[in-house]
Amino acid sequence: MSTEATTPKPVELVNVQIDGVWYQFPKGTKVIEACSQAGKFIPRYCYHPRLSTPGNCRMCMVELGMPKMGPDRKPELGPDGKPIHNWIPRPQISCAQEVSEGLGVRTDSKMVQDARKGVLEFLLINHPLDCPICDQAGECRLQEFSYDFGPAKTRFLEHKVKKPKRIQIGPRITLDDERCILCSRCVRFMREVAKDDVIGIVNRGSYSTITCHPNKTLDSNYSLNTVDICPVGALTSTDFRFKMRVWFLKETKSFCTSCATGCNTVIGARENLMYRQTPRENNDVNESWMCDYGRLNFHYLNSPDRLLAPVAKGVNEPDWTAALTATASALKSLPPSEVALIASGKMTNEELFLAAGLTQALGIMLHDIVPHTDAGDDILLSTDRNPNTAGAKLLGLCDANAGSKLPAIADGIRGGTIKGLVILGEDATALGLAESELRKLEVLVTTAMLPNLTTASAGYVLPGSGFAEKRGSMVNKSGRLQRLNRAIQAPGLARDDWEILTGLTEAITGTSLGLATIEDVFKAMSAATPALTGLSLSKIGDLGVQLPIA
Amino acid sequence: MQIPTELLAKIDEAISHYPVSKRSASLPLLHLFQEQFGYISDESIAWIADKLGLEQINILELVTFYPMFRREPAGKVHIRVCRTLSCALAGADDLKTKLSEATGIHCSKHHEGFSHPPEVSPDGQFSIESVECLASCGSGPVMMINDDFYEAVAPETIQEILSKYK
Ligand code: SF4
Ligand code: SF4
Ligand code: FES
Repeated sequence: MSTEATTPKPVELVNVQIDGVWYQFPKGTKVIEACSQAGKFIPRYCYHPRLSTPGNCRMCMVELGMPKMGPDRKPELGPDGKPIHNWIPRPQISCAQEVSEGLGVRTDSKMVQDARKGVLEFLLINHPLDCPICDQAGECRLQEFSYDFGPAKTRFLEHKVKKPKRIQIGPRITLDDERCILCSRCVRFMREVAKDDVIGIVNRGSYSTITCHPNKTLDSNYSLNTVDICPVGALTSTDFRFKMRVWFLKETKSFCTSCATGCNTVIGARENLMYRQTPRENNDVNESWMCDYGRLNFHYLNSPDRLLAPVAKGVNEPDWTAALTATASALKSLPPSEVALIASGKMTNEELFLAAGLTQALGIMLHDIVPHTDAGDDILLSTDRNPNTAGAKLLGLCDANAGSKLPAIADGIRGGTIKGLVILGEDATALGLAESELRKLEVLVTTAMLPNLTTASAGYVLPGSGFAEKRGSMVNKSGRLQRLNRAIQAPGLARDDWEILTGLTEAITGTSLGLATIEDVFKAMSAATPALTGLSLSKIGDLGVQLPIA
Repeated sequence: MQIPTELLAKIDEAISHYPVSKRSASLPLLHLFQEQFGYISDESIAWIADKLGLEQINILELVTFYPMFRREPAGKVHIRVCRTLSCALAGADDLKTKLSEATGIHCSKHHEGFSHPPEVSPDGQFSIESVECLASCGSGPVMMINDDFYEAVAPETIQEILSKYK
């Protein structure tokens, strides 16, 4: 590649006056964005930076002024040496307008305030005002903008138009048409991003109604993003609706661990229960979206079946130290050549690093992870349903061809050459082993969150934590290192997996690893892993770090 | 869905007017279908969407937006009575009532609202609907029977006019 092609073109800047102060913005910036950057938030409904701009809601109106030209076709300058403006006598929408040289913007003049009041009055004319029972309360732009900019009184005495309510417009979405303000964000999202143009606006004027074609449903794997971008309580998540008032939710930045994409998220939790996760903007990963499958794949964390206490020698052992000691001596009783370890591509880097340490402590040669694949798409969803295959490769738990050693492990167990198995967060029956074959193992150790056929057969069960219950890092399919934060605590005696693995390794070797916190684990890991040199958990930040790996 | 050959020819001709975006042919096609079948069935919507490479919802939006498209069959003879201000002042409401009586159509008030099917006489011969301005405000009340235009319609002449369509 020539250097010429890689040097970015210098951005052309234009001078724009916003509420009397001059700023510079790159050409092509939308006026609404320029105002935001200047600290003047402009209310908006239809505008979304990742969708086309129809300019239909009129909420974003401002006053615009063009530089006044003298007879010499040069801008006339005021006493401050800056252009004087000719103000357009009507308010203009700021979402569809790009900045131009000398442009003037007034974001809070009387005209703008009146325009906002007028728009909001119209929007509320047919609105049911069922705010007390609306699930959008707390994050409703219609409430917020009415509060901030709206008229305080109604002049409307007529009957409101009635529209369909509580419509199951798709398997995961409930629609209230009376609350819809017809911004068309949902329609544009489905058409432009999800590429599944199933919703539209039928009828006309105040009868206009959002609907799905009667022969179709809004069942795209991306449908719940319409709930996020719907500014009002028209589209609501059937899963989350009425579960919790949003202002009670404690928000924690995280990412989705249901596939190798790792969409950035915000987890909403209260009193140690996770209620929802919503996408968090990251231009390098998921823009502003996530898929429905990943979004809803967390209810198992709240399951009443969660494993709450360790099991050793087949019986409950609430004392972790005793459980780990018993597990360690059982594993040590077998020669290393007769033991295999299966880790999981759902484990964090820190856990995988410690699992690699465990294989060394025991001298295990045969180890791998279990690949999980399923249909992907070309939007976000990856065929690799393990969130951290890249981390497992990086940390040496598997080779470039993840899962290649599993048949050998399964054969060894069947043939009796493998007598001990450590399986971390996976179900061994997924290797095609029958429960009876698992029972042939002399020592079966597993970490798990929920009961499965492996935990049923295992003499040693060490209950671990889910993605929302721990800190740690993973590497997504494009080599981006991302960070999990703890939103809730694991239930019962279940532990953070890094603590389990550290404890088990120490019980085997009899020496301390000197790891007191997850930060210590990361430090030890980055010291041993060239691709992670110089990094720490805090340096990963909320948006992740691109690693120098392909 | 069976599409007669001549209609198919007209459809392809209409589409050829929009080389940049076939979507623009949606309205012309809807007119052709309504002319041919008297209304736009769900089947027609599906056929048009398929023909233009669109989703059915894209066509449904248009059909429900424009009041001149019907989703249910009208009578063989379709009467449109203007209800806009000048005609209303000139007795359009009365005219419509008289027309309904003369054709045996039961006209319920609630059918004056939005996007309701036209009211059809029991024998299927006549149907009637109120429409907005027919562009002859000086000579109300005004009505159209099929494509024929009638101005300053006096109630006494209704029977005579209708007899031409029986
Ligand atoms: S349902 Fe929501 S997103 Fe869709 S048009 Fe209505 S207000 Fe906008
Ligand atoms: S695309 Fe993958 S990472 Fe993103 S939300 Fe879906 S499952 Fe989760
Ligand atoms: S945000 Fe500008 S018109 Fe809707």
